[in-house]
Amino acid sequence: MASKASIELDRVSKRYGAHEVLHEVSLAVGQAECVALLGHNGAGKTTLMKLLLGLTRPCGGQIHVNGTDPTHLLGKGLGADIGFLPENVMFHTAMSGREVLRFYARLKGVAVGTCDRLLAEVGLDEAARRRVSTYSKGMRQRLGLAQALLGTPHVLLLDEPTTGLDPVLRETFYRRVRQHQEEGGCALISSHALTEIEARSDRVAILRQGRLVAFGSLAELREKAGLLVRIRVVTGDGEASGVAERIGGGLHLDHINNQTLELSCLGGDKLDIVSRLAELRPAVRDVEIHAPGLGEVYAYYSAGDGPQ
Amino acid sequence: MRALVILAGNEIRDGLRNRWVAAIILLLAALALSLALLGSAPSGTVKATPMSITVASLASLTVYLLPLIALMLAFDALVGELERGTLLLLLTYPVARWQVVVGKFLGHSLILLAALLVGYGGAGLVLQFTGGADAESWTAYLVLMASSWLLGSAFIALGYLVSALVRERATAAGVSVALWLLFVVLYDLGLLGLLLADTQQRLSPDLVAALLLANPTDIYRIINLTGTEAVSLLAGMAEAGRMAGFQPVLLVALLLGWVAVPLGLTVVRFQRKEL
Repeated sequence: MASKASIELDRVSKRYGAHEVLHEVSLAVGQAECVALLGHNGAGKTTLMKLLLGLTRPCGGQIHVNGTDPTHLLGKGLGADIGFLPENVMFHTAMSGREVLRFYARLKGVAVGTCDRLLAEVGLDEAARRRVSTYSKGMRQRLGLAQALLGTPHVLLLDEPTTGLDPVLRETFYRRVRQHQEEGGCALISSHALTEIEARSDRVAILRQGRLVAFGSLAELREKAGLLVRIRVVTGDGEASGVAERIGGGLHLDHINNQTLELSCLGGDKLDIVSRLAELRPAVRDVEIHAPGLGEVYAYYSAGDGPQ
Repeated sequence: MRALVILAGNEIRDGLRNRWVAAIILLLAALALSLALLGSAPSGTVKATPMSITVASLASLTVYLLPLIALMLAFDALVGELERGTLLLLLTYPVARWQVVVGKFLGHSLILLAALLVGYGGAGLVLQFTGGADAESWTAYLVLMASSWLLGSAFIALGYLVSALVRERATAAGVSVALWLLFVVLYDLGLLGLLLADTQQRLSPDLVAALLLANPTDIYRIINLTGTEAVSLLAGMAEAGRMAGFQPVLLVALLLGWVAVPLGLTVVRFQRKEL
C-alpha cells in the first residue's frame, strides 16, 4: 500500500433508522492505487461512496478524503479534487453533451476549452452537439466518465463505471484509470464486473451486509480463504500414475487418467510443486496452473457462511 | 456569486430548451392582449383609459394564473431532480446547497420576469400605440408587472419549499395544487365566510387587515386594485383601499417576505437533507 492514503475510513458506521447499512468499515486507498469495491446489491457500496462525497453523515467513525473530513462539507459542496461517476448517471436531457460538460466544467472552475478534448477521449466528439435525450445508455455513461475526469481530480470514485460500455470502450476506460494512477491519483471502483476488474485493481474490498469481510490483494485474499490452486499435468502415455506416486505431499489429487493428472494445492505451495514437477521431466510434458480468480474469491467471501 | 450565475443560466437554458419559457410568454401575452384589446370597451363611459381597465381585469386574472404557473415551474425543482438523479451529481461539485437553491430560484424567477416583460409589456405597448394609455395608467401598469413578478417569485419559493419537504415528485405536484387552491381560492372564501358569520362585529378591522396581509395573493390584490384611483374605482375597491390605508412600502415588503421566508426555509431544509 502507498504510504499516504488518499481515502481513509476508520470504523465507519451508517444507520438509516433501525437498519444498519454499514458496520465499522475501515479501509484505506493510497496514492496511485486502484481499489475495487465489491458486494451484492444492498451491501452498502453506494452508501460508502455517498459518505466519501459528504452527501450523508456517518453515525460513527472517521472519514478522510484528501486529508479532509467530508462530513464537515455536507451542504457546503466538495472540493474540486474529487471526480465522481454515479451509478445510472443522469443529465439534463434537453442539453447537448457539450453543453452538459461545459456546465460542470464551469462549476468546477475548469477551463471549458478542455471539454472538447475530454469528449474526444471518451469517443463522444461526433455526438457532442446532440441532445443528451438522444444518447444511448453507453453514451450517457461515457459523458458521465468525461465529467468525472474534469480537472484531473486526485480521487476518482466510480460507481459501476463500465455498465453499458462496449468492450473497446471498457478497455479505453481502464487505460484512462491506469493513466490517472500513473499521475499519482487513486480510484475506488464499485463493480459487479469481476473478471474485468480483477486485473485492473491493486486491492479488493468486499462488503457483505454492511460489513467489510475482505480487504487486500487478490493473492492475499485467496491465501487467507485457503482457496486451492489447480494444477493440470500432462504426462507421457501411461505415465500419469507414476508421476502421481513420485511427486510427494502438499497436494490433493483430484483426477487422474492415462495421460493427465489434476492436482490442487495452497497458493503458497504452488512454486514448490511446480519445481518438483519440472524435475520429473520427460515423464511430465506440460503443466497448466489455474489460480482461483476474483469470482471464486468473491463467492467465498460474499457467501453467508464466509468469515465475518 | 459565480456558481449562482452558472446555476441560474443553466435553469434558463433548460427552460428555453423545454419550451417552458415560450409557453409562459405566449400564455401571458395572449391573456394580456385579449384583455387589452377586447376587455377595454367600457372605457368611454367611465372616463378611464383602456390601460386602467386592463390593469383591473389583468390583475384579477393574474392572481389566479400566475401562482399556478409559478408552482408548475417550481414544484419539481429539487425533488424532481433528486428523482431523476441529476441532483446527486450536482451536489458532488464544489457548490453549496444554498447556492443550488438560490441559483435555481434566480433562473426560474428571471424566466417569469422575461415572460412578464414580453407578454404584459408587449400588450402595454399595443395599448400605448392604440392611444389607450396615459402616464397614470402606465404607472399602474408597471406596478402590476413588478408586483406580478413578486407574486410569481413568492409562489416559486413556495413551490421550492414543497419540493424540499416531500420525497416524491407526484406528492410535490399534489401539495402544490393544494397550496394554490388554499391561497388563491379557499383563503378568501374562508375570510368572507368569517366576516359574514361575524354578525356581532367582534372581529376588529386590524385583525381582518392582518388576515388579508397573511396571504400573498391578497397583498397583490391590494397593491393593484387599490393602487391608483382610476383602477380602484373600476375594481370597486376604492372605498376598501381608502379605509385600509395600507402603506405601499409595507405591502411590497410583505410580498418580498413571502419570497424570502419560503426560500430561506427551503435552504434550511435542503441543507440538512441527507441523500
